[in-house]
Amino acid sequence: MTQEEIRQSVLQALSDIAPEVDLATFRTDLGLRDQLDIDSMDSLNFLIVVHEQLQVDIPEADWARLQSIDELVEYLRGRIST
Amino acid sequence: MADFVMPSLGADMSAGTLAAWLKQPGDAVKRGDIVAVVHTDKADVEVEVFTSGVIERMLIEPGTEVPVGTPLAVIREEGVTAAPAAPAPVEPVPAVAVPAPVPPVATPSRSAPGVPPEHRLLISPSARELAHELGIEVGVLDGSGPGGRIQRRDVEALATAREAASKEVAPAAPPPTVPPLPTVPSAPPLSPAAERSAAMRRAIAASMSRSKREIPHFYLSQTIDMSRALAWLGQENLRRPVTERLLHGALLLKAVALALREVPELNATWEGDELVRRDDINVGVAIALRGGGLVAPALHHTDELTLEELMHALRDLVSRARAGSLRSSEMSGPTITVTSLGERGVESVFGVIFPPQVAIVGFGTLVERPWITEGQILPCPIVNASLSADHRVTDGHRASAFLAAVDRLLQEPEEL
Repeated sequence: MTQEEIRQSVLQALSDIAPEVDLATFRTDLGLRDQLDIDSMDSLNFLIVVHEQLQVDIPEADWARLQSIDELVEYLRGRIST
Repeated sequence: MADFVMPSLGADMSAGTLAAWLKQPGDAVKRGDIVAVVHTDKADVEVEVFTSGVIERMLIEPGTEVPVGTPLAVIREEGVTAAPAAPAPVEPVPAVAVPAPVPPVATPSRSAPGVPPEHRLLISPSARELAHELGIEVGVLDGSGPGGRIQRRDVEALATAREAASKEVAPAAPPPTVPPLPTVPSAPPLSPAAERSAAMRRAIAASMSRSKREIPHFYLSQTIDMSRALAWLGQENLRRPVTERLLHGALLLKAVALALREVPELNATWEGDELVRRDDINVGVAIALRGGGLVAPALHHTDELTLEELMHALRDLVSRARAGSLRSSEMSGPTITVTSLGERGVESVFGVIFPPQVAIVGFGTLVERPWITEGQILPCPIVNASLSADHRVTDGHRASAFLAAVDRLLQEPEEL
């Protein structure tokens, strides 16, 4: 899976849990939680959708240090290719 | 025949708009089926039916606003033949069968001094809820359960009897037609989203104003060491797939529910001028909606759920609240509310009680603070738990016992 495919999957997951997000203006290099009004339940649902789409289970400790979508995509690329 | 009526989906709801029918005349339904969507000021709510049978006919068209208690449809109950030419013979009906209005005052026996409220009227919570939904005063019901306890079937029997009696008295009466509520003169048009938001704010304003006007609140708070709970949760989640992961909010909710068993007067409603304790512990969860607003639907039987069940139910409830598909039993059922603003970094929240409930519990954010343990100052994750309670029904001593119980329960997370 290419990095762009991973990115699209992640953004799709984001749209699922936060339908109001405007992907055209959303900054993937900035903090996810800083830009969106999401809570812990949203975060968990987001991780579940990512898991369903990419078959990657992100541990809580890893998720806590991932700030932006770019960081998440990079993390997932490493997990998928290994 | 049984009427399916516009339910009361909150203490301040006086009317609702039938948004859509999800069933057609002739469809079979069973108790608990969702048959309609009702639009209220706070949400679109999926309304369940409390009678099994076949939908005989609809009485109200979608888009019509009608008062709470208005018949929306007629359901032919199981075993009843369709559209009888004459009213079916009915069993003798107690004197209460004629739907005489009952003044909303406590009967002498219910207000007898020195008798605990729960002994004044034995009624199951679900029966009370159904009676409320059907507009039946619980004081006129006879209980067929153990010790004369009023069961759901007693409510249903009286509702059926009243329906039959009303037809016997006036067999030629046409189906009830309900004039739509007068419409408000047209105002500058708002977008649908803006109108929904404004309606929700009005509903919240009405409820909160009533609360602050009528309920003598008092407030307590307690700082709780969360190190054991979080350590246990971390270990639990390590062995769980992401789909089964627990949030610490589930532990807080379960601790509240179990603490209510120890201080049951907080799991109650204030009706008229008396406390009505609830047997079922249905914790309402304050859920912020996208685009603004708030709803607080119930997690039924919160104390009886395992943490896994509670987490699944919570996920489902939050998702449906934000998708606008809550159910009527969830909107009318909370016996206490829990609110948390910890997600936004707030350390303490002192909530306003949702009438007719008598308490609301607040949790702040998890934060690390210096904590003295065995003479040593150590960093410790703590959470501030608050309780806003109704001073008419309890006092600081009992309220502090409740918060102490929440604290104690969270120190043994594996037992939750």
